[in-house]
Amino acid sequence: MSDTVLIFGATSAMALHTARNFAAQHANLALAGRDRQRLEALAEDLKIRGAQQVEIFPGFDAEDETTILKTVEAAWKSLETIRHVLIAYGTLPDQSKAESDAAVLRSAVEVNYFSVAGLCHAVADRMLEQGSGTLSVISSVAGLRGRQSNYVYGSAKGGLNLFLQGLRNRLHPKGIRVLTLLPGFVDTPMTRDVPKGPLFISAEKAGSLIHKAMTRKKADVVYVPGFWRVIMTVIRSIPEPVFKKLKL
Amino acid sequence: MEGAAGMTSTPESWGRLPKVTQTCRTVYSRFATLPDTGAPFLAHGLGRSYGDSCLNDQGTLLLTRPLDQWIALDTASGILECEAGVSLAEILTRVVPEGWFPPVTPGTKHVTVGGAIANDVHGKNHHVAGTFGAHVLGFELLRSDGSRAWCSRTENAARFRATIGGLGLTGLITRARIQLKSIANPVIDEEQIRMRNLEDFFRLADESDSTHEYTVAWLDTLATGDRIGTGVFMRGNHAGPDAPAKKIKGPLPVSVPVDAPSFLLNRQSIKLFNTLYARKVKGERHRGFTHYEPFFYPLDVLPGWNKLYGGRGFFQHQCVVPRDGSGGPIRDILETISRSGEASFLAVLKCFGSAPPEGLMSFPREGVTLALDFPNRGTPTRELMDELDHIVLQNGGAVYPAKDARMAPETFRKSFPALDAFQAEIDPAFSSCFYRRVTANPNQE
Repeated sequence: MSDTVLIFGATSAMALHTARNFAAQHANLALAGRDRQRLEALAEDLKIRGAQQVEIFPGFDAEDETTILKTVEAAWKSLETIRHVLIAYGTLPDQSKAESDAAVLRSAVEVNYFSVAGLCHAVADRMLEQGSGTLSVISSVAGLRGRQSNYVYGSAKGGLNLFLQGLRNRLHPKGIRVLTLLPGFVDTPMTRDVPKGPLFISAEKAGSLIHKAMTRKKADVVYVPGFWRVIMTVIRSIPEPVFKKLKL
Repeated sequence: MEGAAGMTSTPESWGRLPKVTQTCRTVYSRFATLPDTGAPFLAHGLGRSYGDSCLNDQGTLLLTRPLDQWIALDTASGILECEAGVSLAEILTRVVPEGWFPPVTPGTKHVTVGGAIANDVHGKNHHVAGTFGAHVLGFELLRSDGSRAWCSRTENAARFRATIGGLGLTGLITRARIQLKSIANPVIDEEQIRMRNLEDFFRLADESDSTHEYTVAWLDTLATGDRIGTGVFMRGNHAGPDAPAKKIKGPLPVSVPVDAPSFLLNRQSIKLFNTLYARKVKGERHRGFTHYEPFFYPLDVLPGWNKLYGGRGFFQHQCVVPRDGSGGPIRDILETISRSGEASFLAVLKCFGSAPPEGLMSFPREGVTLALDFPNRGTPTRELMDELDHIVLQNGGAVYPAKDARMAPETFRKSFPALDAFQAEIDPAFSSCFYRRVTANPNQE
């Protein structure tokens, strides 16, 4: 039987490229997102790419807890057993706006932390019931060290990284895998206004690496791409008295 | 943006000139509206137009490669609908195993559907199949006023005709429906025949007209006098179901990473290449089965081959002139080149069929087409091409915008007699370096 993969935030660039890799392996796909039209278009595309069945769950709003719970319930009701769940949504706030506008700060933490954490718990409950599953979450290398240019986003992702660490610790004895995905710079609509440097990779490349991490590797934390492990090891090893003077 | 490797670089054209400054905005969804960065806009797919028709100095370039979703594929009828940023390479990968093939393909598969429509591209089968546009059943056009309209031969027909070959100036093509052609397998039954002069070319072209779907000739532009027209005539058909399976070698594991020194492609090295190329044909003719990749896309095996011309880039010149008996205008052009001392690395000759042009601004029309490329050596190169334009216009021919970076406004006007009708369909917020250049008022300069 082919794998069933449920993706939250399915129309995001990294998610849709991950979905294409699953489609090529004839997986069953379930796509949750806000916009019905885009989900329908994506579903047709994935079928032509080889997906066996594609079901869509529109109306999913990351900032509305009831739609989160409803979507989880509807997905399990319709698909029964779900092998993979990928949580792929997030928002990159304008750091300087978040410094002066509490609503921007709140929304960044709401979407990147509370929403994802709540969804993880709802998914964990279902996976505990079915006794198996892999929960993969797209976080960010920005969550590994606070930098002046991006610490609001970074702190939400950093909180999420710790949350996933704890959840993994909790679910591991039950045979459920929790995978933390840590992309660096990926060329997506989210990073539209970020100047593109040589460290950027395409969403297509990120999607293929994420698919590989989800299906092949046993690892708990995967950097996308792998060289970010080296970069972040260096960045994390800089002592705070030095780091605070850097312009990062 | 285009592939991972090209991501950090500013989009440029395949000929790598001119150098421009433009704002880039990636189009991530066919449902999205145009960005608020301001006019003029221009779609840019894989950047395989050679000159400045895919560039928009001081304007906004709409990068369309992420518009790469399939919309519908009917494997019974061969009707494909996809977004405009899907490349021919992606179409081949998806549809060849199902027994379908692009109805028309240019010499590289790294072009988008939107680009193929906007330049109404042609291939080796023009004499039987016409241009790419002839197989387009319809497309959606997003205009700067926010309107979206399906254009086909029956709906918004005037806009349909203006957009095919319309150089991206009528709006943004978001998706298109294409009729594919049926094939038995990926194999081509190919034949290569030595040509000693232009008479050989025209004789082979006439002889192959009704027997071969694909015909093209490669010319040695260093040949002079009676030897003008020396080269190799290539013709082929899709093989029948009994053909032996052929494997693709795939692209070379390397690409051209950086600019080669500008002296690499000189008269001597081109002469050497031409000599070696001619030896490819053992004896008078050679027939065999081959995979479609080397037959249609010989240059795609070396990614970034345009960098071989060095940082100064290169010019392409492609024209079409009437056949005129024994090929008078083509002979004039070839003689002019051989007198000039400039050398063309790749020279390709083909007879177009008599199908009426599909779009108002389609370049292909009945006659003979010659495609050349010249390393950019500055003024002498430009002067030679001006001279070639002169011969083309005298004979009532046309010069191809997709390959051009230097033609004069007069050449453009005379090449495209339907220009006035076309201008009525242009989106006022769309433009390109090319269009501004060829419509510039000489009195203002």
